[in-house]
Amino acid sequence: MNGDMSGGAGLHHVGDGGMTRRAGLQPGHAYMRYHPKWYRRRMSVWWWLQKGSYAQFVLRELTSVAVAFFAFIFLWQVWALGQGPQAYAHVVARLGTPLAVVLSVVGFVLVLYHTVTWFNLAPAAMVVRVSGRRVPGWMVAAANYAAWVLLSAVVAWFFLGANQ
Amino acid sequence: MASTITLAVTRYRPEEEAEPTVETYTVPFRKDWVVLDALNHIKDHQDGTLSYRWSCRMGVCGSCGMMVNGSPKLTCAAFLSDYAPGPVRVEPLQFFPIVRDLIVDIGEFLHKLKKVKPWIVRAEEQPLSEGEYLQTPDEVDAYKAFSMCINCMLCYSACPIVGLESHFTGPAAIALAQRYNLDSRDQGASGRVEILSDHEGMWGCTFVGDCSRVCPKNVDPAAAIQQYKLTTAVDTLKSWLLPRGSR
Repeated sequence: MNGDMSGGAGLHHVGDGGMTRRAGLQPGHAYMRYHPKWYRRRMSVWWWLQKGSYAQFVLRELTSVAVAFFAFIFLWQVWALGQGPQAYAHVVARLGTPLAVVLSVVGFVLVLYHTVTWFNLAPAAMVVRVSGRRVPGWMVAAANYAAWVLLSAVVAWFFLGANQ
Repeated sequence: MASTITLAVTRYRPEEEAEPTVETYTVPFRKDWVVLDALNHIKDHQDGTLSYRWSCRMGVCGSCGMMVNGSPKLTCAAFLSDYAPGPVRVEPLQFFPIVRDLIVDIGEFLHKLKKVKPWIVRAEEQPLSEGEYLQTPDEVDAYKAFSMCINCMLCYSACPIVGLESHFTGPAAIALAQRYNLDSRDQGASGRVEILSDHEGMWGCTFVGDCSRVCPKNVDPAAAIQQYKLTTAVDTLKSWLLPRGSR
């Protein structure tokens, strides 16, 4: 691209691939015949609030912080497990404080949102063919949900059932 | 039913004003009129200086895309009755530089489109004596949906990444690249991957998904891009893990 995409005050020249169409126009300059003066709107920093779907997208991306939070907690637990029963009991006690419980509940809601939105998008990205025919989108999403429920059950059994 | 409806139309006359302004027009409100009919009425009867693009009036040429009440629409398919009682806000496609009134500069888009080689690439053409390149119905189905694109650019106007990153190749161009990648007659996929595997290409897409929601031809560019990402990632993994012969 040959054009200058960074001009001032919202007035820009735009590259057209091959030709450089520089008319030397700056804001306030006189109109020049045969040299169109493009107007490019600047994008507001609040663009993501202008549309529900944009806000949902940004929220989906931000909830990945909660996913990282739980991954960190999990690594912390595994590390403590390796250090012995005393260290693990210490971690469990820390996770039982009111602040940790509130963080976990909020984080869990955010992770739920993250999971559900991604699973609903999965059929668009995955083209699954069984004996030449494309599997319908809802079945791809359903398979993701089924795997989620199954793995959650295994984890729940491991943490809750194994203690008894 | 009201007999008239008001349109608030963006005007930009670069020889007169530094930035766009809004002008309102009142036009007859008819059930069978689309926004484009209203614009034509304004141009014929009220203000001949109003500039906009249009051609076929039936959702095929892809020229009349504009923002109608904030959403990218083909104005030949946007019925006034869906926006009653008005006023109907008509703006040029967002994220494109405005040349005049409702006309945007599409030079950047055409450059991006050409970059992805949206045509059948052959290493060697089959001689005429061997006849045409035949395809089974399944081979056609593999790319047919993506071939319905009319280059109307509504998807570019729906995509915030296009607005934030002006170098992003964008939905339609990547979907068309994928359309040719999936075509059994094409052999240009490896060349396109080199062009589209950088940050300005498919990885620039963050899957907002609005491109597919506004597409008047149900092309689903968002799906095309995600499928392209998945194929590329799987191919890269294979190239690391498998011996050369079995890839």
